[in-house]
Formats: sequence, C-alpha cells, structure tokens
Amino acid sequence: MIRLAVSLLLLVAPAWAQAPRSGLDYQGEDIRRLQADDFANPAMLWVERGAAAWKRKLGAADKSCADCHGDAEKSMRGLAARLPAWDARLGRVSTLESRINACIVREQRAPEPPPEAADAIGLQAYIALQSRGMPLRVEVDGAARAMFERGRALYGTRIGQMNLACAHCHDQHAGKTLLVEQLSQGQPTAWPAYRMEWQAAGTLERRLRACFLGVRAEMPAYRSDELTALQLYLAWRAKGLALEAPGVRR
Amino acid sequence: MSDTATPGRLHVPPTAKRGEVIEIRLLLQHPMENGFRRDTLGRSVPRNIIHRLAARYDGREILRAELGTGMAANPYFAFFTRATASGEVLIEWEDELGQKGSLKAPIEVA
Repeated sequence: MIRLAVSLLLLVAPAWAQAPRSGLDYQGEDIRRLQADDFANPAMLWVERGAAAWKRKLGAADKSCADCHGDAEKSMRGLAARLPAWDARLGRVSTLESRINACIVREQRAPEPPPEAADAIGLQAYIALQSRGMPLRVEVDGAARAMFERGRALYGTRIGQMNLACAHCHDQHAGKTLLVEQLSQGQPTAWPAYRMEWQAAGTLERRLRACFLGVRAEMPAYRSDELTALQLYLAWRAKGLALEAPGVRR
Repeated sequence: MSDTATPGRLHVPPTAKRGEVIEIRLLLQHPMENGFRRDTLGRSVPRNIIHRLAARYDGREILRAELGTGMAANPYFAFFTRATASGEVLIEWEDELGQKGSLKAPIEVA
C-alpha cells in the first residue's frame, strides 16, 4: 500500500522535482552516438584547433598558453567543472571564456578575441575536455552570491513577447515535445558544443542568446552580466552532473 | 568558418593483417555552402562545396566521390578497404573555390 502511494506520488510529482538529467538524454540516438565517438564528434575539430592555439605564441609578450601553464592535461584538469567562479584578480565572476580572454589580454598582451571566434571556442573546448567526466561543482557562496542570485532571479523571470521564463520550459515541461524536439532541462554540461543547427561549435552564451530569441526577448550582449549570472546559476543547478564538453546538440 | 587551421581528421588503423578489411574514417572541416543561404545583410553567400574527393592507398585509387549540396558542413566519411600492403593512405579533395586539401596516414601491413 505504501509502495502504491509512493508510486502515485511520483506520478503526480511535478516535473521540476526530477533529478538533474544531462541534455544528452533528450537527444536522439544519432546525436548520442556522435558525441560518444571521439573521432566522429565534429566538436573535436575545434579541440584540435584549441590544442594548436594552446601552443601558439601570441601578442606583444610573444608567449603561448603552454609557456606559463605547461601541459594542459595537468594544469587545466578540473578547471572547467569549477567555473563560472568568483575571480578575485578580476573582481568579478568569470566564465571559462572570460578567464581565457583576461589571460590573453593581460599576459600575452594580445587583443581580446571577438565573441565566437573559432580559436577561442577551440581553446575553451580543449580546456573543458581536460575536465570531461568530472561532476560540476561551482562555488556560489561568498563573493559570487550576488551574481548567483541575479542568475536565479533571471531564470525565473518572464521575458519577451512569449512572456516565458526559463523555468517554464526547462523546469516545468522538460521531457515534453516542443515542435519536433524534446525540451531538455537546460543543463549546461556539454558546452562548448557542436550544434547541428549552427553546423559549427559554439559557446553556451550563443546557445542562451538563441533561447532569448526563441521567447522573442531582447538578446543580452555577449559577455554581459546577464549571461554570466545565468551561466553561474545553471552550473549550480547542474551540480553533480558530469561535464561532457565538447558535446553535440541538435 | 573563414580560416581552416584544421583541415580535418583522418583515421587509418596503424597496423593490419594482410587481407584484413579495414575501416578508414575521415572528418573534414568545411562550410559546404550550398549557395542558398544569405548573410545578415541579405547578400547571397556563394556556393562552395567540396566537389571532388579521392582516396589513394599505396598509390592506387580506392575511392572517388563527387559531392553535392545535400551534404552538411564538416562532412564525415567512413569506408572500407582491404589491407594489401604497407603504405600510405592519402585523401585529397578540392572545393569549388579551387582550394585543395589533403590528409595522409601510414599503415603497416604484416
């Protein structure tokens, strides 16, 4: 009887009570196989590009990433699973992308790469790959708290002509069909990822902007505080899920 | 993508037994523009696809492909051949802008 009651409870339990599930679970068999195959995964083309960029000397300082950080497999291990995080040196919450860019400007003394530059995505994918399989665990207490709360508030705020919040789709209706696709929980574990729709690899920021467009809201600028806050909240929300970057998505 | 720092990836089994069927896998980085798209200013993006692709094994052609606009960007190929002799697998291709690319990988046949 108790078991029946429990299973009934589970049946009527709201979708937002679901355990976190990677976005990969909501993709088709073809995408899952593509991501599982490190040769066929097209995001690996960007990883190779990133591995080359890691060793390339750049800027007025004529230094490469490897000159300071050495072997990425050792020095960058676990980093992507901890980001975004408060960066005391920058005095703000920084994503993997903004950390790399700050390093390029400060240490290599080269211009900051524009959003979605191929080499920049490559570097992010290459660095994120060193943390693949590790559970996401971002720190939201302390200095990062304000940004985290901002992200959480944004996630629950209705926006755009559709008047929808992120939570409406990704908390309440995950698993249901939207047009031809299954709605995912919006877990950020795969990024930077190769997206079929773009026929290219891109960052989570680009994907989030696409969601803003989808609900017909004004897209926040790349590297804006809104997107950083949202990424921090999403990473916290995905706590414990394994990082899959570089992933493949529809 | 405008620049092609990575032309692609080629996988050939490094070793094989004579007579064994081996799988050759190829992933190319190419936009494969079909000529129907427009950029953000409404200008037509000229068609540019890899229209010729050929694979040579130990100097002998084992595969030739003519590709069309129906293929996605960053095309992936997998095909089989029989390992006959130690040598080199060489893939060459050319797109409609005349840009050529090639990848090669050695194979040791015992």
